[in-house]
Amino acid sequence: MKPRIGVYICHCGTNVAATVDVEAVTEFAATLPGVVIARHYTYMCSEPGQALIKEDARTLGLNRVVVASCSPRMHEPTFRAASHEGGVNPYQVEMANIREQCSWVHPDRHEATDKAKALVYAAVMKAAHLEPLEEREAPVTPGALVIGGGVAGLVAALDIADAGFPVHLVERSDRLGGRVAELNRTFPDLEPVAEWLPALVDQVRRHPNITVYLNSRVTDITGFVGNFEARVGPIEAGLAPAQIQVGAIVIATGYNVFDPRLKPEFGYGIYPQVVTTLELEQRLSSGDLTVNGKTPKEVVFIKCVGSRDQQLGRPYCSRVCCMISAKQAQLVRQALPDARVTVFYMDVRTFGKRGEEFYDEARRAGVRYRRGNVSEIYRRGERVVVRVEDTLLARTVEHEADLVVLAVGMEPRPEAADIAALLKLPRSADGFLLEAHPKLRPVDTAVDGVFLAGCCQGPKDIPDTVAQAKAAAASALIPLMRGVVPMEAATAVVDPELCAGCGMCVEICPYSAPALDPLWGVSRVNAVLCKGCGACAVTCPSKAIRLQHFTPDQILAQVEALVGW
Amino acid sequence: MSDNGFEPKIVAFLCNWCTYTGADLAGTSRIQYPPNVRIIRLMCTGSVDPTYVLKALLDGADGVLVGGCHPGDCHYQSGNYKARRRIIALKEILKQAGLEEDRVWLRWISASEGQRFADTVSQMTQYLKEKGPNPMKKEWAV
Ligand SMILES: Cc1cc2nc3c(=O)[nH]c(=O)nc-3n(C[C@H](O)[C@H](O)[C@H](O)COP(=O)(O)OP(=O)(O)OC[C@H]3O[C@@H](n4cnc5c(N)ncnc54)[C@H](O)[C@@H]3O)c2cc1C
Ligand code: FES
Repeated sequence: MKPRIGVYICHCGTNVAATVDVEAVTEFAATLPGVVIARHYTYMCSEPGQALIKEDARTLGLNRVVVASCSPRMHEPTFRAASHEGGVNPYQVEMANIREQCSWVHPDRHEATDKAKALVYAAVMKAAHLEPLEEREAPVTPGALVIGGGVAGLVAALDIADAGFPVHLVERSDRLGGRVAELNRTFPDLEPVAEWLPALVDQVRRHPNITVYLNSRVTDITGFVGNFEARVGPIEAGLAPAQIQVGAIVIATGYNVFDPRLKPEFGYGIYPQVVTTLELEQRLSSGDLTVNGKTPKEVVFIKCVGSRDQQLGRPYCSRVCCMISAKQAQLVRQALPDARVTVFYMDVRTFGKRGEEFYDEARRAGVRYRRGNVSEIYRRGERVVVRVEDTLLARTVEHEADLVVLAVGMEPRPEAADIAALLKLPRSADGFLLEAHPKLRPVDTAVDGVFLAGCCQGPKDIPDTVAQAKAAAASALIPLMRGVVPMEAATAVVDPELCAGCGMCVEICPYSAPALDPLWGVSRVNAVLCKGCGACAVTCPSKAIRLQHFTPDQILAQVEALVGW
Repeated sequence: MSDNGFEPKIVAFLCNWCTYTGADLAGTSRIQYPPNVRIIRLMCTGSVDPTYVLKALLDGADGVLVGGCHPGDCHYQSGNYKARRRIIALKEILKQAGLEEDRVWLRWISASEGQRFADTVSQMTQYLKEKGPNPMKKEWAV
């Protein structure tokens, strides 16, 4: 069929349009061979944007669609679906990535526009060569793997299990509950953890659909959305690993607290007077706040230890430390009514629901807030001295204390790197696991069927952790409930006329997809096994195998356009 | 040599799972790099046919970048090893034919290495600027 191509240039608000001259690109696109219509629009992914494609496809009889916008890793499914509704085969849709790989990285308007034209040209050339392909579906293994048994993992596991699917919950340590199990009371209501966490853990332990693996870790994951296979190995040697099949995976591996030994000027680990907020939780639980056998009279909290610190490579805000300090300061005031409690802060960020009120309550309870940067802590007799640059008065003050609490920030767990490596998940610059989109896909990952919950994705408090866990569970349930997932249509195919039956494809394929037909002596590719990597096509000496959707004529057309423009 | 106004054209064949995503990350992180690179997305470097590289060079590309997953990280197990073998062989052939094999770069760049992608493009652009335009196109024409 003669190509009838529609080209759609997206402004992406100002993300593309501020740098790329979208009108010029559209005019240029209209002159390209096969192009029937070229338009530009504020947001192609929006409802009216998609409607444009559908309308044109129907009224102009388009059989190819090119969208120049963000990365195909972002919206290719969106535009494939919209084109399909307009009667275009979803595999005859091509995208030009003029945002991530153009407007966002090339500030010069002329250069960016020029490159955008080249990319659109190449996409149109490829589109002209695209063939219609048939989408197939594979059945989904009903069940989910949840990695990490903190609050995030517990909540996600419960929701998926309540929807009727088996859940395998793998926890590294010997107990469920994560960091919260180490806490005393929680903001913003000072509710004792003992009043709600054990009940949550109990619900999970008793749930008929949940299998808990303690002291265990995931050592291997293969497969893809709908059909993952994971090996769960007990950390103790000698026990047999379990092999489990699931349709979706939720990662909820949590966080570590910053090790204040990396700020040696605070004397943590040297002076018994200096503790972390995590340690103070345990002391508040046991009720023993004494230092060297004495009840403290001066208590100091220092915020942002290991957060918002460029020098330590932790530029981000840990989001919970302001509330933790307000909470613990209140609890210390209650436990030690005679003690003076001072909080040294850079800023106070108590943004959550009831956060500001909670901070007010701390001040009303007599907690003193003083703006200042702590430069050093050193010993003076039985006490320590906190040396502070008071940033409001612009002078240095020395503040003696019996107990100093460092509000340590959150950081990624080193094990997060292992999980990321197993699943090939990207991490953001700070080391936390990276969501697929910061606004629109906050619990999805770059890997279909793998979702994030809780602090493995970034610092957050319990309400946000639970919200994200529920979102991750709901997203994981989509493939599980549908029962089928779309399968790779872009597989390799053999032209039996050209095949010489040499068997090199059989040898090179890691999935045993091609096999020699004993009767005809030619190779055939099993489409269910083929993952579409294309290794066989390159190997074939007779060029009898083509990887559909990435055929030589399509790629060479792109090369020609990119070099020629 | 580097300031003669020559802007090299680089065609990049990037695998979908690592380097293409790394390039996307450079974008979402707003890491600026020279616009000389133009990307073709493939599923895996194991599907980069040496003829694609050759075609790009003969068409007049000044450089070809093949970017894939780090060893051990290929989404299809071993496509990147296959690519490495093929690119080494291709470079050998180019060398023997008296052509400039250093216009072809093979790099492993992961999905989280946006900075590394940008740096690679900057380095390659600079390298090719100093080297000058690709003579292969003309040579081939005669
Ligand atoms: C001192 C302090 C006080 C706090 N107080 C409050 C408060 O009052 N109110 C509030 O809302 N929030 C508070 N928080 C924040 C709260 O701790 C977090 O929001 C919460 O713990 C996040 O839960 P999570 O499940 O994401 O992570 P985690 O609690 O870290 O749980 C992760 C779990 O995954 C397991 N795991 C890790 N890696 C693996 C692996 N590879 N395989 C298997 N399992 C693995 C871990 O062992 C752990 O059990 C406080 C934090 C601190 C540091
Ligand atoms: S998928 Fe990246 S090299 Fe194979």
